[in-house]
Amino acid sequence: MNTIALQPMDWLNLFLYYLSLSLLAVGGAIATAPDMHRFLVERQGWLTDVQFNASIAIAQAAPGPNVLFIALLGWNVGLNAGGIGPAGWASGALGLLLCMLGVMLPSTALTWLATRWGHRNRDRRGVRAFKQGMAPVVIGLLLATAWILTSAHGNPATDWPLWLLTAASTVLVWRTRLHLLWLLGAGAVLGALGWV
Amino acid sequence: MPAPQPPSPGTEERPRPRNTADLFWSFTWLALQGFGGVLAVVQRELVEKKRWMTNEEFVEDWAVAQIMPGPNVVNLSVMIGDRYFGLRGAAAALAGMLLFPMLLVLALAVVYAQFASHPAVAGALRGMGAVAAGLIAGVGLKLAMALRKHPLGLWGCALIAALTFGGMALLRLPLAWVLPVLGGAACAITWRRIPA
Repeated sequence: MNTIALQPMDWLNLFLYYLSLSLLAVGGAIATAPDMHRFLVERQGWLTDVQFNASIAIAQAAPGPNVLFIALLGWNVGLNAGGIGPAGWASGALGLLLCMLGVMLPSTALTWLATRWGHRNRDRRGVRAFKQGMAPVVIGLLLATAWILTSAHGNPATDWPLWLLTAASTVLVWRTRLHLLWLLGAGAVLGALGWV
Repeated sequence: MPAPQPPSPGTEERPRPRNTADLFWSFTWLALQGFGGVLAVVQRELVEKKRWMTNEEFVEDWAVAQIMPGPNVVNLSVMIGDRYFGLRGAAAALAGMLLFPMLLVLALAVVYAQFASHPAVAGALRGMGAVAAGLIAGVGLKLAMALRKHPLGLWGCALIAALTFGGMALLRLPLAWVLPVLGGAACAITWRRIPA
């Protein structure tokens, strides 16, 4: 456990940093991860590289929104500042709350206001054109996200079982109503056995 | 503040959440099923199982959630919660999406160190990642079926979705370029084709 000392101004800085990042997170929070690395690891030295990468990996593997990696980053900053034991947990919880509140407040408030405006004006031609016109773009974005995740598997020539697993789950989700947890469970078992 | 309206007034009785507690637990349950991203589970639970919304409405809401800054599924939960129960609904859906998943991710982070190097654990995560990519692609294809009645026609939509996919997945262009150009064009053409 590498220990750091955080002054009240540092906690405030952490909160303000995430406040300022919130409205820039267009296209998902993970798109702003490089900037968090620059701030938390390189500039402030509040986290190690290993802690940073592990936070992202755990949040990706766990169920729930991927934005929770920010909660883990805050938790780890707090642990580093508070040390081991209850003091560390309290300080970890503080770090977690500051980061999550900071990153969520501005974007969620803006979304809420925009939704209300859009719903009140939902019969306007411009609002209808926007919502309907974006639909094909959104579907293209979904397929692109799936493609980028798939190509992270590596080379199709050597890692073809992984690509096959992705293709099979695509068809099963598209064509059947099989419960998604069965699919994920099957993926976990195949992976644990070393078959993919 | 005007009372929030159900999604499309005029249609007869359609299922909707009973109260804010129902919203909270519905979003908790779907967040906890969402390994590698919650989107596929949201479509399955809210459209196909609970029938709170149609595929068309889901694509439209998803487009807005995607464009607003902040995590997409978090924005979506705020939008849907607000529609049924106003600010209280938005808060309940948001809390459902984040509270238990956050506790779970913290618990995972605490035990992670013991098991991270185990090859079966790494393999299981790899397998689940491959399935998660397929889930997103499958939902994309399923939603594409909802474009049949779109003002741009099936081929117009297919062209825009393909260009989006090519720009994002193959050319790896920034979203900040793709979204205004293709989204702007799609919305402008849609605007000309729908009745005033």
